Parts: sequence; C-alpha cells; structure tokens
Amino acid sequence: MENTINGISQILSNWWTEFRADFTNNFIDENRWQFLWKGLLCTLQITFFAAIIGIVIGFMVALIRTTHMHTGKLRGLEAVCRLYTTVIRGTPVVTQLMIIYYVIFASVNIDKTLAAIIAFGINSGAYVAEIVRSGIMSIDRGQIEAGRSLGFGYVKTMWYIVMPQALKNILPALANEFIALLKETSVSGYIATQDLAKAGDIIQSRTYSAYMPLIAVALIYLVLVVGLTAGVNRLERRLGRSDNR
Amino acid sequence: MITVKNLCKTFGTLEVLRDINETIERGEKVVIVGPSGSGKSTFLRCLNLLEPPTSGEIWFEGTQINSPDCDINLVRRKMGMVFQHFHLFPHLTILENITLAPIKLKIMDKSSAIEKARKLLARVGLTDKENAYPAQLSGGQKQRIAIVRSLAMNPTVMLFDEPTSALDPEMVGEVLDVIRELADEGMTMVVVTHEMGFAREVATRVLFMDEGRIVEQNTPREFFGSPKNPRTIEFLSKVIA
Repeated sequence: MENTINGISQILSNWWTEFRADFTNNFIDENRWQFLWKGLLCTLQITFFAAIIGIVIGFMVALIRTTHMHTGKLRGLEAVCRLYTTVIRGTPVVTQLMIIYYVIFASVNIDKTLAAIIAFGINSGAYVAEIVRSGIMSIDRGQIEAGRSLGFGYVKTMWYIVMPQALKNILPALANEFIALLKETSVSGYIATQDLAKAGDIIQSRTYSAYMPLIAVALIYLVLVVGLTAGVNRLERRLGRSDNR
Repeated sequence: MITVKNLCKTFGTLEVLRDINETIERGEKVVIVGPSGSGKSTFLRCLNLLEPPTSGEIWFEGTQINSPDCDINLVRRKMGMVFQHFHLFPHLTILENITLAPIKLKIMDKSSAIEKARKLLARVGLTDKENAYPAQLSGGQKQRIAIVRSLAMNPTVMLFDEPTSALDPEMVGEVLDVIRELADEGMTMVVVTHEMGFAREVATRVLFMDEGRIVEQNTPREFFGSPKNPRTIEFLSKVIA
C-alpha cells in the first residue's frame, strides 16, 4: 500500500518537474511567450477586420439578392452576387488566401496581415450573405405588406421592420460564423503571417516540444471562443425582450 | 373616391380578376362577399396596389394610382389596411407599432403621435397594453391594435381583408364592434368578410364576387332578401343556414 502511494507520488513529482521545465523552456526562456502574445494580437486583428469586411460585403450581397427577389430589380448585380457566393463557398479558404497573396497581390508589396484580412473578409462575406439572406427570408411577407400599406417605401420597410427582426433571428448563426472565422484564421500561416497558430509553430521549431506550444495555442483559442459565445448570449437575451409572453 | 376601370389580374395563366369596373363613393361601406378563390381579397389588395393590376386603372381621389408618375407610398398613407393575420410588428411594443409610421414618415412629431396613439388605444379599450409586445396579446386584441395602427395615419378610407377570419369565435365580436363604430362615424370602408350578419348590418352596399367578376350587388336588404343571380342564391343558401 505504502509502496503504491510512494510510487504514485514519485511519478507525479517527476511529471511536475518535467512539466515545469518544459513550460519554462517553451514560454519563459528568451521571453518566448511574446510570440504567443504577438500571435494573439495578430489573430485578433485579422479576425476583427475580416469580420467587418465580411459584414459589409455580406449585408450588401444579401440585400441585393433579396431586393431582386422582392422587386425584380438589380438583375445584373444579383448575378454577380450569386457568382461571388458560389465561387467563395465552392473553394477552400486556404486556396483563396494563397491566390490573393501570391497571385492577385503578387506584384505589390502588400503587408501579409492585410492580405489575410482581405482574404478572410472576402471569404466570410459569402457566408454572412447567406446567413443574412436566410434571416430576411424568414420574416413573414405580411410584415413587408404591413409596412408598405402604411406608406413606407421598400427601403424603409426593410430598415425599420424587416431588418431588426431578421437580425435578431440570425444573431446565433452570425456569431457561429465569426467564431468559425476566428479559428479559420489559423491557416494564415500559409502566407507566413505570424498569427497565433504560427506562433506555436515558431516556438516548437526552437524548443522541439511536441505538445506544450500546441496545447497552449489550443487553450488560447478556446478561451477566445468561450468569451465570444458568452458575449453573444448576453446580446441575444437583450434582443429577446419582445418574445416574453 | 375610388374608381376601378377594366381591372384584370392574372397570376401566370390563372385569371383572378376579369374586367372589373366599380366605383366606391365617400362614406360608403362596401362589403365584398363570395366563395374562396373568387378574387375578393385580390380585388381589395389591388385597391392599394399591394397586388399590382395586370391591366386596367385604379383611381383614388382624382389621381390614377397605378401610373408610373404616381408615388404610391403617399397614396397608401391615406388608405388604411387591416389584414387577416394582423401583421403587427413583433419586435416593437404596441405603442411603437402605432407610432412607427406617423413618426418615421414625419407626419407627426413624437409627442403628438404618442398622444394620438393613446387616444386611439383608449377608444378600443387597450390603454393598459401600450408597453406590451404583440406576442402577449390575444388575437382579438392584436386585430384591434392593427386597426388602431392604420387609423393613426388618419386614412380617408379603410380596407379590411377578412379581419375576423383568423380569430377565435369569441373574439370576433370585439373586432366587429370597433369596425362598426368606425362605420358609424362615417369612415369610408371596403370590407372583405364571411360575416354575413355584419354585412347585413353595417354595409351600405354588398358586392358578390364569383370567378373574378362582380356578379351581383345591391343594398344589404335587397341582397340578402331577394338575391337575383342563381350563383348568389346558391352561395347564400349555403352560408346562411
């Protein structure tokens, strides 16, 4: 009995010593944690600005397509939008990223982070567009008719009546899209952007640690996602007031 | 007040309205009855162009409203519309539902719009609901609010599209009371309904539609007392047991 306990505590203590050494080696020595910190900032920067581009493109595309559906106008623009969604959703984001950096901006000396922002923004726009479009179409046509019958034009009806309701319905899906976006930016290392995932690689290449940098990177992503989810839940509750019965 | 000339409406190959000519004078209460699929709702919805006519002319207060130079949004402010399924705005409180259009279309400032809304709410007995959301109301209450929402725009004519068809039987009365009161005050109205008792009592004129045409029309007394057209007779024998 005593032997077993001694054995276990010996194993634990060995593991702990090893863990501490590994931790120090990976994050403390030569201030290697700074790679993670800078990588985190880079990831957040890419995600944030890409999300903004995605929202702008996504809403424009969705509004063009639904306007076409409701009124029959904007035929040409609608075709362009449909092509955009098809191409972006039909090809992998890594490929898009590399095409943007190595082909489209090949002759220009563009900042890698900026290239990533543009690539992920354009990519996210297609998904946001589909989410927003489904949100608008989920609103009963009677809402539009009620707005129009009161004398609102099409644009004002969309603005005051349809969009507030659509936005509320799509908020969870939109949040999921941005959480997915945050994680997808981890492939921006393909164009040598020094984002969070890449920071893990860099540390690994110096310390040859098999798991420590990877686990650290995973934990940071997890914390970000959990935080984001909590924020969205709060927003949803605030928007849900009119559902009270 | 409203004149309809040679109105036709087709959905694809389906002819819903066939060459309708009709005039509705100020102060009239016109009730439209007929079997389902006869085109009565489509006819009503053509009057404020929620359904654009395939051909023909719609005139309202001296202007042709289905011509390209007419701003239909301005015309619709004068034509209140009440739907079968209410279509209240679920994301807004009752007070906001009523004041949205007058405020955002800059017809009234905020305080006078609210004041007017409260007066109208008091009229339909729903003062205590002003901060409720539509989901918290019964069907009859929702429809009364929908009527108030239209009235807040000071329309000169009210269009009712089967206003009681989606209600529980016990709530039909409270909605009809409000409409009846409006009628008594002289509001011009066009009502599509299946409530024959209401038609008999409130209408100044009853139109009977069948297969996209107005087959017969008369005063309610004549219409219900001595219908002429065989189709009308058959319809009335079915709906009035």
